[in-house]
Amino acid sequence: MNNQTQRLSLGSLLRRPEAGSFLGLVAVFIFFSIFGGSDFASLTGAASWLNVAASIGIVAIPIGLLMIAGQLDISIGSLIPAGSMTLAIVSGHYHAPILVGIAAALALGAVVGLLNGLIVVRTAVPSFIVTLGTLFAVAGLTLGLSVLLTGTTSVAIKPGPEAKWMLGQFIGGLYQVTILWWIAAALLFGFILHYSPYGNWIFAMGGDQVSARNAGIPTERMTILLFMSSGVSATFVGLSQAILYSSAQVSAGQSYIFNAIISVVVGGVLLSGGYGSVFGIVLGTLTFAIVNQGIYYTPFDANWASLIIGILLLLAVVLNNTFRKVALTHAPAKGKAKK
Amino acid sequence: MNPPLLKLTNVNKSFGPIDVLYDISLEVKAGEVLCLLGDNGAGKSTLIRIMSGVHTPTSGTIEMNGKVVAFKSPRDASEHGIATVHQFGGTFPLMSIGRSFFVGAEPTKGWGPFKRFDRVRANDIAVKAVQGLGITRIDDGDRLVGGLSGGERQALAIARAVHFGASVLILDEPTAALGVKEAAHVLRIVLQARRKGIAVIFITHNVVHALTVGDHFAVLIRGAKAADFKKGEKSREEITDLMAGGEHMAELEAEIESYMAVHDAP
Ligand SMILES: Nc1ncnc2c1ncn2[C@@H]1O[C@H](COP(=O)(O)OP(=O)(O)O)[C@@H](O)[C@H]1O
Ligand SMILES: [Mg+2]
Repeated sequence: MNNQTQRLSLGSLLRRPEAGSFLGLVAVFIFFSIFGGSDFASLTGAASWLNVAASIGIVAIPIGLLMIAGQLDISIGSLIPAGSMTLAIVSGHYHAPILVGIAAALALGAVVGLLNGLIVVRTAVPSFIVTLGTLFAVAGLTLGLSVLLTGTTSVAIKPGPEAKWMLGQFIGGLYQVTILWWIAAALLFGFILHYSPYGNWIFAMGGDQVSARNAGIPTERMTILLFMSSGVSATFVGLSQAILYSSAQVSAGQSYIFNAIISVVVGGVLLSGGYGSVFGIVLGTLTFAIVNQGIYYTPFDANWASLIIGILLLLAVVLNNTFRKVALTHAPAKGKAKK
Repeated sequence: MNPPLLKLTNVNKSFGPIDVLYDISLEVKAGEVLCLLGDNGAGKSTLIRIMSGVHTPTSGTIEMNGKVVAFKSPRDASEHGIATVHQFGGTFPLMSIGRSFFVGAEPTKGWGPFKRFDRVRANDIAVKAVQGLGITRIDDGDRLVGGLSGGERQALAIARAVHFGASVLILDEPTAALGVKEAAHVLRIVLQARRKGIAVIFITHNVVHALTVGDHFAVLIRGAKAADFKKGEKSREEITDLMAGGEHMAELEAEIESYMAVHDAP
């Protein structure tokens, strides 16, 4: 087979789903290295955008897999603060062992994800609408229960050294340990999507749901599992932030909805499903975080960051469309194609 | 004599108050091509959806090898050996040839939780299967299905059905969107499948294509079987007339001509 050798050519690299996001990342890195000076590229500078990237990245990856499978989950926006609050209430307010709080927060994500998945599968209502509903429902529940149980909307928690070490420490005083969790998530989901047979199911589901089901893929079970993994990852990010900051607030997650979706789309995932890669999502998240944080190292006002992100998103979509067309129309070289 | 591979007896289908198929009886034997002809809206697609497990008939029976069957789902029908290739062949345009070929039946290597999709083997088998049908242009299993021509996609879908051991192959208008050369190639592949002993149900409204590959013909008109005949029993003109709803094509042409003569006059 000549596939192995072909993989390494420049052409085959450009036909990969992450080609556009790689070029985008290089472009913004160069841009901010020039305008942000040496501080941006320093270890401290890198920490500022890596830390932001890690917490977005942990939710962006399962969101990306959902999008590849043809679904969307915006309920993460309230699951993140719900995860924080659950941990803070259970282990902070009620002084339960931290593991109980962590388990409760993760279980909450799993249950809401299960609910999202079940409703989407049973009613065939678009997942955007379903998760818009649970976004508000969970936000209301979090606020209502917090006030009811603790009387406030902000709860403190004193995590022990083990919990801090696992989820809230700064490695070298700079880098949040969540970066390592992000890498772990990328490896796990990357294996599932690109190497395990289930990855093939996810691509097929996003390509054509009906044909995928007819081919024997348990599409409903897969859809539910994907929603559960995005729910769990959202509460994971929430609880790790509560441990990091030793406190939890009711409203601290809505920006994640757009940030994660932008990262995924910049990363080359097709909004309508069927195409994308975990590596691309990681690159898209890094690109987003660099723009988001890099602006503070430039002489420009931080308000311009949104403008850059908006332009970046549009450019990325156009670029990704172009590369996808190239990948689609790619045929072997003329000489080989004869007859 | 062997019973027919697939046999429909007095099949009716209604969607609520709308009757779509009336008393259809058909049979197809192994190594035979049955051509299903009919105008748009005649009910061809509905009929093949019944044979492929998408719809259940309102009344009537389906038999395979002489035994009555009732397909619960498309999956059930394909487990009975019925493979259906829908009009545009590959349904996963953004997947690679190797990956789409094995959707739902992925070859793996390794064990336990570390089982991996065996990309090299999948590509190898898929490429060999398509090349076996004479499409030697396809030699890279990593290519995306959406980049193949219409004929190549049909060939890939047929190769997939043959590979997974289909005994009945249903092709819904496989030549409709193709150029002359590509259509000829698909017709050749249909004959190859027939030679392998597969029963082929070939839907078309192109009489020439039907006559090229068909052993047996059935014409549907507004949901009823208007004719059922063997190769050589009817001429091309007779079949065209039949498909037009029994009206003589010649009469129709004359009518159009006189209409034009009146209305084009300055
Ligand atoms: N699910 C359905 N509900 C109601 N009517 C249908 C349905 N499916 C098909 N029909 C009707 O059945 C007739 C035959 O359609 P079809 O089988 O698609 O014809 P063909 O494939 O020969 O062009 C059409 O008049 C169509 O409107
Ligand atoms: Mg039709």
